[in-house]
Amino acid sequence: MSDSIPASVTAEAIVDPQAPQLVGLMRRRLRLADAFRTPGAIVGIVLSCFFLAVAVLADVIASSDPFGFAGPALSAPSALYPLGTDDLGRDLFSGVVHGIRTSVMVAAGVVMLALPVGLLLGSVAGARGGWIDDLVMRFSEIWQVLPRFFLVLMVIALFGPGLDRVVLVLGLTSWALLARIARAEAMTIRERDFVEAARALGASETRILVRHIVPHGLPAVIVYVALLVAQVMLIEASLGFLGLGDPNAISLGYLAAQAQRFLRIAWWMWFFPGVALIGLVIGLNLLADGLSDRIRSGG
Amino acid sequence: MNRRYLARRLLQVPPAVLGILVVAFLLIHLAPGDPILALAGDNGDAAYYAEMRATFGLDRPIPEQLVIFVGNLLRFDLGVSYVQGRPAIDVVLERIPSTLLLTGAALVFSTVVGIWLGLIAGARAHRPADLAINVAALGLHATPSFWLAQLAILTLSLWAGWFPVSGMTNPRSSATGLGLMLDIAHHLILPMIVLASTEIAAVARLTRAGLLDELSRDYVRTARAKGVKEPQVLRRHALRCALIPVATVVGGRVGHLLAGAVLVEAVFGWPGIGRLLLSSVQSRDIPIVLAVLLVIGLTIIIANVITDLVYVRLDPRIRYR
Repeated sequence: MSDSIPASVTAEAIVDPQAPQLVGLMRRRLRLADAFRTPGAIVGIVLSCFFLAVAVLADVIASSDPFGFAGPALSAPSALYPLGTDDLGRDLFSGVVHGIRTSVMVAAGVVMLALPVGLLLGSVAGARGGWIDDLVMRFSEIWQVLPRFFLVLMVIALFGPGLDRVVLVLGLTSWALLARIARAEAMTIRERDFVEAARALGASETRILVRHIVPHGLPAVIVYVALLVAQVMLIEASLGFLGLGDPNAISLGYLAAQAQRFLRIAWWMWFFPGVALIGLVIGLNLLADGLSDRIRSGG
Repeated sequence: MNRRYLARRLLQVPPAVLGILVVAFLLIHLAPGDPILALAGDNGDAAYYAEMRATFGLDRPIPEQLVIFVGNLLRFDLGVSYVQGRPAIDVVLERIPSTLLLTGAALVFSTVVGIWLGLIAGARAHRPADLAINVAALGLHATPSFWLAQLAILTLSLWAGWFPVSGMTNPRSSATGLGLMLDIAHHLILPMIVLASTEIAAVARLTRAGLLDELSRDYVRTARAKGVKEPQVLRRHALRCALIPVATVVGGRVGHLLAGAVLVEAVFGWPGIGRLLLSSVQSRDIPIVLAVLLVIGLTIIIANVITDLVYVRLDPRIRYR
């Protein structure tokens, strides 16, 4: 069944390009659901959903303040403190849960900046071609060359630590890659029959862009969004580890840095923040792999 | 070799360098705080501030300041370190050799081990060895280097006692010559492995994918039909072509390794550019931060250009395009 869906979406659009896109969108969603048939992809979606749920429900799951004193210092994992406590007696479980929330929030912020800009600029460049294409691509090259991690460090040196500027810098330097993917997609989609048909029926260029090119380019871009999110989470944790994170938001990296002096006596302080981060990143990578396999084979 | 391609590629370098410089300039100007207060103190009167502004060129229009700024940087005049009171470029230059040693060793190590693992996995596709390497590569790729560094210190240094916990040399040893080199090598092993780990995963996955791609091609079938032995088919025929995509990402990997070096140097106390950058960010020593950003930006750009040129040489199929 799944193999016939892409073709049916195309055929439907040729027959009636003015028809509501709802059916097409629903079918596309079905197609995305089909992506999760390989074991790796299933693990990816389960992990990603799990961490997303933890981030959203952080206050419910761990109601105690991650910066607050909860009990005796350096106590090993127990029923009372599932992941143990740190050298100041702070509950590590609460720290990890809120650290996951910080990771997800930073990543969400970066995606909200980079995805619309990258998708729109890339789609316009690919669909229109000509000087617009040249301009967007040259402009995106400059942003791709900038060493992202070092730029963040420079911004922190100048403006002081804070999550808002980290999100801003990573968002502004991340759209370029997404734009290149969206452009490549748009260049193939604009030649497809159903776009030609829509054009013949008098649909405006804007309409074709919004209704056809952007929605069809989205799945390929989403793959890279998943990989981008993983990178952003690693950068955020790295900043936290270096002591350059937001002092008001707990970070998995900050927790790992606190563990440095107690490696020998409190393994849990080092172990759990890292495991949470590895789970987050593996989940996103598997999700991206599963999606891209599906898109390639479903074409 | 294709001259026009070379020329076009080299022409892309100046805009990239200029882009980094302009972004740096704008950031410095957007930063909170009036630089004149830092230069002239809080207690001056208006006339004194105006005089200082004129002395440092801060009264000129922004575009003119940008031109002066870019001109100074291109002559490697990066100002004086606030903390050390010496020219920033000197401070940065003396840290370069140790970072070069660390990242260079990690680059070579990750390439060799990555290709080796990719070859094993590709030759035994969909069998247990392949599966194990795939899972390990995925895990390694997702593991933050600081966490892996702590794991290495905990197990190999603290428990087993095989490697020193931090630093580049043993401060109590007065060895010179060969003894010093061995001491540095001993200190280098752990940080090098940790820094290389993410890249090993990337190279192994890339080699495996390239190898599987090549093994399905006609020339491989021809070689096998002629009776060429399988190891020969793998190494002499398929691997050669499979390595082209591996070569194309070396430039990007230099950037990853330099970013990773900041973390690895921090954990292992390696006295390189990364630790300098970290302490300068903490003390807001802007000239140093700027100098490091410039040196690293230039390195990444040059590495990318070299990679592209090597790519054109390696793959005859794109030479005449």
